[in-house]
Amino acid sequence: MAYPDGKRATLGWRDVVRKATLAAGITRRGARGNWDRWGYLFIAPWLAGFLIFTAGPMLASLYLSFCKYDLYELRWVGTKNYEVLLTRDPLFWKSLTNTAIYVLFSVPLGLTGSLLLALLLNQKVKGIALFRTLFYLPSLVPAVASALVWLWVFHPEAGILNYALGWFGIAGPQWLQDPRTALVSLILMSLWGIGGARMIIFLAGLQGIPDEQYEAASLDGARGWAVFRHVTLPMLSPTILFNLVLGIIGSFQVFTSAYVMTNGGPNNATLMYVLYLYNNAFRYFKMGKASAMAWILFVILLAFTLIQFRHARRWVYYEGGESD
Amino acid sequence: MTSGGAIKRALVFVALCVGAAIFSVPFLWTVSTALKTNQQVFAVPPQWIPNPPQWGNFRRAWTELPFATFVLNTVTITAIAVVGQVATASLVAYGFARFRFRGRNFLFYLMLSTMMLPAQVTMIPVFLFWRELRLIDTFAPLTVPAYFGGGAFSIFLLRQFFLTIPRDLDEAAMIDGATPFCIFHRILLPLARPAIVTVVLFSFLAHWDDFMGPLIYLNSMERYTVSIGLRMFQDMFGTQLELLMAASLVHVLPTVVLFFVAQRYFIKGVALTGLKG
Repeated sequence: MAYPDGKRATLGWRDVVRKATLAAGITRRGARGNWDRWGYLFIAPWLAGFLIFTAGPMLASLYLSFCKYDLYELRWVGTKNYEVLLTRDPLFWKSLTNTAIYVLFSVPLGLTGSLLLALLLNQKVKGIALFRTLFYLPSLVPAVASALVWLWVFHPEAGILNYALGWFGIAGPQWLQDPRTALVSLILMSLWGIGGARMIIFLAGLQGIPDEQYEAASLDGARGWAVFRHVTLPMLSPTILFNLVLGIIGSFQVFTSAYVMTNGGPNNATLMYVLYLYNNAFRYFKMGKASAMAWILFVILLAFTLIQFRHARRWVYYEGGESD
Repeated sequence: MTSGGAIKRALVFVALCVGAAIFSVPFLWTVSTALKTNQQVFAVPPQWIPNPPQWGNFRRAWTELPFATFVLNTVTITAIAVVGQVATASLVAYGFARFRFRGRNFLFYLMLSTMMLPAQVTMIPVFLFWRELRLIDTFAPLTVPAYFGGGAFSIFLLRQFFLTIPRDLDEAAMIDGATPFCIFHRILLPLARPAIVTVVLFSFLAHWDDFMGPLIYLNSMERYTVSIGLRMFQDMFGTQLELLMAASLVHVLPTVVLFFVAQRYFIKGVALTGLKG
């Protein structure tokens, strides 16, 4: 950019950069390829971070998973950690089952809820901006605060939930204090966040569907459900896939609510996978075993993700060409 | 407008009102509890509007534990991390959006795929790394990583936004002899304000809210964040629910205020960016 002479004094550092690039021969006078090489410089922070905080630690974690390490002594034990986990550790299976049940319910319910809410909030009714804000607010509540609030909502005697159930003549359960309902409580609580980022992403997706599609469908005589089934759903399918994949990955990692509200209890009914992993790593200092757990989780999530992408070809509709 | 349309809109309105009421109850319940005496808290049926409101609960919650210190620590960590995340994510996003270097697509998809990596796979070695550097119980492990690209999601969001800005502007500047930095900082950044605000908001929430990070890395109380302090508060005063709820509100308030300030840009940032491509 050309600077007026008067401004030169104050813009000195930009001149330095410009002169340096000219000296290096990588500006407009250089070939396009030289210009494009700048790209490496710009992505360098991510690339360095990827090596230091992702790729390196991943390899280290894989190595650790074959070792016994208590922060003092490091010893290679082969596949022992995996063997112990898979064959001799009932808590591993308990935590995996709990988490699987949690995912199985909270993801489909949450996804359907978010989509339904997005459809409602996409209508032109009075005060829609206020409604969007009201439904978004719960996801702004920090996880610990939200856990404490819900701990109180679920309180068997003085909690608001059992009080409300009382209106309908239902004697509410002990919720978090009963092994039979503790996990259900955590699933219910997770639904408070359906108005959050996922809903916003659905809303953006809905608003991205061109009006012509709806007009064409209405000319063909389609109404209500048929429009939703044959226009909205296919057009929204990439967004659904995105939310589904990230929803499953996120739900598998549920930690804070279980840690704060029940610490895995009662009787391990809410012992979540990542909570057990955390306990192994930072409470019992079994770094090797915890690393093995992390890799098992990774493999499970990878399998889930690949299956979904493979399956997606059948139901996800991609419109036209690729952007850039 | 047909009468069918009017009925439908009325139904939608009613459904939204009912839903919003249900979703707001935990909030109202929290605020109400925070203003009660300990006897009123456990009263059945619950008293919705405490009389008189116990404003002193907030002062007590604030002073029973050094909450001012917790807030200051969290603000420090969040501010340092947000700056790093926004600055480096926008640079990286610019790199991916505007330059056609060799291996770009591979690296871009590699970056996107890290979004699907569970944090636990890297958590332990990263902890050992900071331990080796003797930086456990400092803010470094909670802030420094933000300066390395700021995460796949922020980069993706900003890159998508940069793609919507016409390239002609860059090329005109290029012909005038502008450096890539100059184009980035004079043309793209000012135009990308909605996306930047969105990333700031997400980044703020992520760090303000973070629990596992501080739980793993901070040991001494004078370095605790609000989330850890709140957890400690629960251990110490768990039965004094009015104080616990007052302390929770202290944790919630900044995020709600920030959301209202940034809302206008935020919706635009997500909506314009879309999630295609």
